[in-house]
Amino acid sequence: MADTATAKRTVKFIITRRERPDASPYTEEFDIPYRPNMNVISALMEIQRNPVKSDGTKTTPVVWESNCLEEVCGACSMVINGKPRQACSALIDKLEQPIRVEPMSTFPVVRDLVINRERMFQALKRVKAWIPIDGTYDLGPGPRMAETKRQWAYELSKCMTCGVCLEACPNVNDRSSFIGPAPISQVRLFNAHPTGEMNAHERLEALMTDGGIEGCGNSQNCVRSCPKGIPLTTSIAAINKDTTKHMFKRWLGM
Amino acid sequence: MSGNSYYPRKLHSLLGVIPLGLFILEHALTNYSAFEGGKEGFLDSVHGLHSLPLIFFLELFVIWLPILFHGVYGLYLAFTSDLNVGRFNYGRNWAFALQRITGVITFIFVIWHFWQTRMQVALGNTTYDDLGNHMHDIVTQPVYFIIYFIAVLAAVFHFANGLWAFLVSWGITVGPRAQRVSSRICMGIFVIVSVLFLLSLFAFRGDEFASASAAIDTLRLG
Ligand code: SF4
Ligand code: FES
Repeated sequence: MADTATAKRTVKFIITRRERPDASPYTEEFDIPYRPNMNVISALMEIQRNPVKSDGTKTTPVVWESNCLEEVCGACSMVINGKPRQACSALIDKLEQPIRVEPMSTFPVVRDLVINRERMFQALKRVKAWIPIDGTYDLGPGPRMAETKRQWAYELSKCMTCGVCLEACPNVNDRSSFIGPAPISQVRLFNAHPTGEMNAHERLEALMTDGGIEGCGNSQNCVRSCPKGIPLTTSIAAINKDTTKHMFKRWLGM
Repeated sequence: MSGNSYYPRKLHSLLGVIPLGLFILEHALTNYSAFEGGKEGFLDSVHGLHSLPLIFFLELFVIWLPILFHGVYGLYLAFTSDLNVGRFNYGRNWAFALQRITGVITFIFVIWHFWQTRMQVALGNTTYDDLGNHMHDIVTQPVYFIIYFIAVLAAVFHFANGLWAFLVSWGITVGPRAQRVSSRICMGIFVIVSVLFLLSLFAFRGDEFASASAAIDTLRLG
């Protein structure tokens, strides 16, 4: 780049990197030329194009994941300036500098900012977050859902399994087997569905095993962190109510 | 992942309110009688309690065993939690962190307090009638007084905030508004019960509770 008399505006990044899952993390600093409306992903793309650190030495490009670029897939979740969020919707103009970018440490780090969110999908399987309608013949249309219910259920369906709520939760860590807030809210979603409701007890029972809903300690960080504004603590309390009722019903043999 | 932690966790939450929460209230009121009724009032309260039938079994099943389970399991729960108020500086997250910190303080304090009071009665070093004087001797020592002061606040916070969490964990307060209202009520309980305990701590420091032997000494001198 040609030298100009006026200093070019740059954005300072401090990125936590790691070569392999078992390698120890280190940080690298980058000064990235500023462009209007840029976000953390476009800054990472800039590093990919020109992987040169602040001190002028070359390095390997920083690795990250992203797909939709519009905050609906959750793939680009990382910790930006201390808060877990999506990199594609993290606008540089709204961030304090230097911008510190780290992987979400609740999940196994694959490399640099790429994490393995498999536990999110395992959790959905564990709580049976689907509606079983497969069979050998057409069952016909299912029961209808009330509009008022559909409205709040729709909010819960916005979950993109990004993992931010697990990263924010103080009870999701190596010493605990807590499943995390997102799958509990999904149980509420599928139990609210008129057809899904027919298997409600299976999902509740899945949450009444080790690492289930009892792992919640009510710090309520999840509801404050969810990028989709999902009322996670309301979902958790509602499922607390349903599991409690289910426990008594089972004891009474009802 | 072995066993099922759902039921022990549920029991932990229940025991914290019934009987332990009720016991804290009872304890606060008994102590408060030292402030309100002085030595006589306190003695009457202590006598009233200890004339309950099967008192040993009541103490065992309503106080000691629940405290032991709640405390030991609670230590384990505190160990499995991270404290991340630095990154997530929110009121409820602070309450979450304080719940664990005050829980540990309270459990240690309760063991020590049990040793200093109930155990001394059992060992014959003091009697129920002399408990007021016994407490006077303890809380007139500044270090002990400070420990009691902090521990009482910790225990009452743990109870009040635990009551809030109990209402959530049993699905009684579900929506954000219900949880907000219950949090105000629980903080009100924290203030009221703390005041009861603190007033009694100050009352025990009064001359009225100075030990009988000391009183006799002053009589002789006088
Ligand atoms: S509930 Fe919100 S924060 Fe949690 S995984 Fe779903 S979208 Fe992400
Ligand atoms: S790339 Fe899909 S949420 Fe950011």
